[in-house]
Amino acid sequence: MSGPSLMDSLFQRTLEDLIKGLRQQLIGEQAFISKALEEIRKEIKSTDLSTKSTALLKLCYLSNLHFHDMSFAAFHALEVLSSPRFSHKKIAYHAISLSFHDSTPVLLLITNHLRKDLTSTNEFEVSLSLQCLSRIANVDLARDLTPEVFTLLSSNKLYVRKRAVAVVLRVFEKYPDSVRVCFKRLVENLENYDPQILSAVVGVFSELACKDPRSYLPLAPEFYKILVDSKSNWISIKVLKIFAKLAPLEPRLANRVVEPICYLMRKTGAKSLLFECVRTVVTSFSEYESAVRLAVGKIREFMVDEDPNLKYLGLHALSIVASKHLWVVSENKEVVIKSLSDPDPNIKIESLRLVMAMVSEHNVAEISKVLVNYALKSDPLFCNEILGSILSTCSRNVYEIIVDFDWYVSLLGEMSRIPHCQMGEEIENQLVDIGLRVKDVRLELVRVARDLLIDPALLGNSFLHRVLSAAAWVSGEYVEFSRNPLELMEALLQPRTSLLPPSIMAIYIQSAFKVLVFCLHTCFVRGGSTAGVSASASYESFDDLSVENGAGSTVAHGQTCTSAPITNESIVNLLKLVELALSPLLGSHDVEVQERARNLLGFVDLIKLEALNSSGQEENDSEQKGVEATKIIRMVHDAFSKELGPVSLSAQGKVPVPDGLTLNENLGDLETICSDIELPSSNTFSFGYPSEEKDVSSFSNLQIKEDSGQSNESTSLLAEHRKRHGLYYLPSGKSEVISNDYPPANDPALQGDNNDTASDLVKLTAESLVPKRKPNHSKPRPVVVKLDEADEKPVAVKHPESRDDSLSGAVLDILFGSEDILPTSSRSNLPSSNRKGKEKQHMITQVESKENVVGDGNSSSRRRKDHSHGKERRHRKKNAEERNETDRKEKESSSNHPRRQKSRQRAEEPLKVPPQTSVIPDFLL
Amino acid sequence: MIHFVLLISRQGKVRLTKWYSAYSQKERTKVIRELSGLILTRGPKLCNFVEWRGLRVVYKRYASLYFCMCIDEDDNELEILEIIHHYVEVLDRYFGSVCELDLIYNFHKAYFILDELLIAGELQEPSKRTVARLVAAQDSLVETAKEQTSSITNIIAQAANV
Repeated sequence: MSGPSLMDSLFQRTLEDLIKGLRQQLIGEQAFISKALEEIRKEIKSTDLSTKSTALLKLCYLSNLHFHDMSFAAFHALEVLSSPRFSHKKIAYHAISLSFHDSTPVLLLITNHLRKDLTSTNEFEVSLSLQCLSRIANVDLARDLTPEVFTLLSSNKLYVRKRAVAVVLRVFEKYPDSVRVCFKRLVENLENYDPQILSAVVGVFSELACKDPRSYLPLAPEFYKILVDSKSNWISIKVLKIFAKLAPLEPRLANRVVEPICYLMRKTGAKSLLFECVRTVVTSFSEYESAVRLAVGKIREFMVDEDPNLKYLGLHALSIVASKHLWVVSENKEVVIKSLSDPDPNIKIESLRLVMAMVSEHNVAEISKVLVNYALKSDPLFCNEILGSILSTCSRNVYEIIVDFDWYVSLLGEMSRIPHCQMGEEIENQLVDIGLRVKDVRLELVRVARDLLIDPALLGNSFLHRVLSAAAWVSGEYVEFSRNPLELMEALLQPRTSLLPPSIMAIYIQSAFKVLVFCLHTCFVRGGSTAGVSASASYESFDDLSVENGAGSTVAHGQTCTSAPITNESIVNLLKLVELALSPLLGSHDVEVQERARNLLGFVDLIKLEALNSSGQEENDSEQKGVEATKIIRMVHDAFSKELGPVSLSAQGKVPVPDGLTLNENLGDLETICSDIELPSSNTFSFGYPSEEKDVSSFSNLQIKEDSGQSNESTSLLAEHRKRHGLYYLPSGKSEVISNDYPPANDPALQGDNNDTASDLVKLTAESLVPKRKPNHSKPRPVVVKLDEADEKPVAVKHPESRDDSLSGAVLDILFGSEDILPTSSRSNLPSSNRKGKEKQHMITQVESKENVVGDGNSSSRRRKDHSHGKERRHRKKNAEERNETDRKEKESSSNHPRRQKSRQRAEEPLKVPPQTSVIPDFLL
Repeated sequence: MIHFVLLISRQGKVRLTKWYSAYSQKERTKVIRELSGLILTRGPKLCNFVEWRGLRVVYKRYASLYFCMCIDEDDNELEILEIIHHYVEVLDRYFGSVCELDLIYNFHKAYFILDELLIAGELQEPSKRTVARLVAAQDSLVETAKEQTSSITNIIAQAANV
């Protein structure tokens, strides 16, 4: 046993050998590694600690850089840890912090090792074990080692103490009760003048304050002092972070801090500190006009800088400001828009966000148009980024900013024709959603849908299939708005639909069904009048697809007629077409497609049998002979013409659960299965299979009034609209280009005026930011159906109280329990403010008496303390206001000095600081 | 705070990884794959920040090595760039004009130096000289221990123990 161990230690491969060997393997690296791993497995069992530690080191290497599992060595690492030698310990600690995690079984065994090393006299050993603790601490370790960490917090060795301070953060996180022990000492370290310690403490507080700022308000005077005195940028950045969190909670603190921050912003040469000042001001001091102006000036400098980093950060800061001060964005819009064509995609995205922030209901059309042109020119990724942000901005809050829905719907159509467009799903959702919500737009919607359906080239683009499915659904559901249902029918049944996936194919067939029923209904039930008009027999041969062109142009000319003439003859052709197109689908492998095709064909057979064999012979007789058929048609038509409305997301919840139905029985584990599957995006509708939909729609409280005159009205509106915005309409002659080989889905050349987009956009936003009423909004915004509560999307409401209660509670306890300690520390620095100190003590007693009243004697209850804390502050405000008078006088006298001199005083003579700092504690309780 | 530190070569080889937040071995591999795809493809004159999973990755290229640090959304990116530069300078001082090979062969040393700089994801030691001194002191501790083990007497003593 020990013989081979000696041989091992003599001839063991060192780490360097391993690395060298690995680098010589050009191929077969894996084999080499597994061989090395095998060796390591053997060596690590050796009794000789040197061999063991070398093996462990090699294993670390492989685990770290080649990601091999090293959990098997957990126990061996502990063994190496027990070595008295520093070099071994170092390797062991490295291995442990690399590989241990909360569920490592031997974690329990490490406590004593750590404790021993934490109390070691060798500062490096202490530091190693602290480092390790910071990485692997769990609840037990944190609890058991709290006393040791506490001792180290006041260690004489700075090196150890600063590390202990850093580790305290992890200990607090894991074991909040340790706050009661350590917090006071941590706060004492804030008073330390050593920059290293200070940096560590401030770092800890900035992390703590991120999670729950309110608990640390009482420490504001200390932080203020550090902010004013600090000469290290690292520390200043951290303190600024703390104030960014504290200031929104306490306006008087903000008042006090904003001046030093601005001073720092003007003075500093370090870009990192400057940026932190800017960010602090724009996030937390946005009410301070002058500070914001100063920050915006710096932001502008950042944005026009050569350095892409500063440019990016400038834009980023600007987007923070944008939420509160939109004027800042419009002031800098040239830069922002120029950045849209920056080579850096990150900068482009940031500036896109800003452009979208500028969008309002007055300029949405113009900005979208220019952005779509940008999208045409840019790379696929950014193109979709642009489209996505247009879609989400426009649909925000149930299409809040859209006034002209006709325009928006045609924009959707246009967007789906952009070559790189991959937003099919979102466009699909919006097309259907708008169809359901906005009644007035349906005419235009059907027109857009028709244009999409009729273009055979689009069927080849798989990203568009979702859009096409929406178009098919829309044209089926709202076929009564179609100018030429026959043409729609052809589009739905064209041969290239075979390229569609089955689920969408099924929607096509269902829509074809609806259109067919509509045609039959117009022809037979509404009867003679329409049939009479139908003299224009321009549809001789329907089987021939080339007729489409003719049909398209006819429609384009005769814009005002809502429904195309439908004759018996055309019906016969139609039925033939259906049979021709669908009979191959009877053999489809997809159930849905097959069934729907069969339904439709069955219906066609029925009609043929009942009506057309007679109508073919004697046309005038058709009404009498086809009574049966008319009945069927009417029935089916009635079924289809029932209005669908948007369905509230919470509608399902309103359905009462029937007795005896246990819903979650045996389905509990479905959740885990389904969690992998992406949830459907927040559709407020479901696709229309009327039989299912009808009962659902009754749950949505619709505001739609049945108004038959609406369609005529919107037709005339459309004509008017077309006259004004002819620009936004897709050229209707497009289908004429179609030849045998289909043109690419989109020809960028078709979209004109791409040039000068940047200057366009600048111009547009220039006017659009002025909130004026545009003359072309003469048309009132159509009614958008909203559901009462459902349209507020079920955002997971973030509870402001969701903080770590135990941690902040403990902190509060400490801060209030030790209130008389804290001020003393600050008071000791302020010999001149005896008077204030007294007042303060007086206030503390007030606090306590109040607490007794509120807290009902149970002073350990954190919640109550929290509660009473708020009350006190309110009460305290009055006191503070009285004192404000005197403060103002002080201020006035001091503000006569030039600022530079004042700050030098601050920095050099801490004794002069008191009148400044001492005021804060009064504000803060 | 800093969530992790990565050193990736231009060819996508990982040279150093240090995790301050808990990531399982599987996640670590995934993170590195994702990030090297994101970062190595970026051109030279672009900004040094990448948004990633709601966090931000700050990277900087020195010769053939990319130094990446992942931070929270509201951390200071420029500060992290300075920390990266600081680390590189310390390495440079330690190895004497550091190159990728130094880091390959002394990967543990690179770790130990990083450990002096950062602890629990926060910057600890802003002074280069102090770091150099601390690392040297620990090295000498290690060296004396090594000398002891490799001395002939030691080996003989071990053999005698058998």
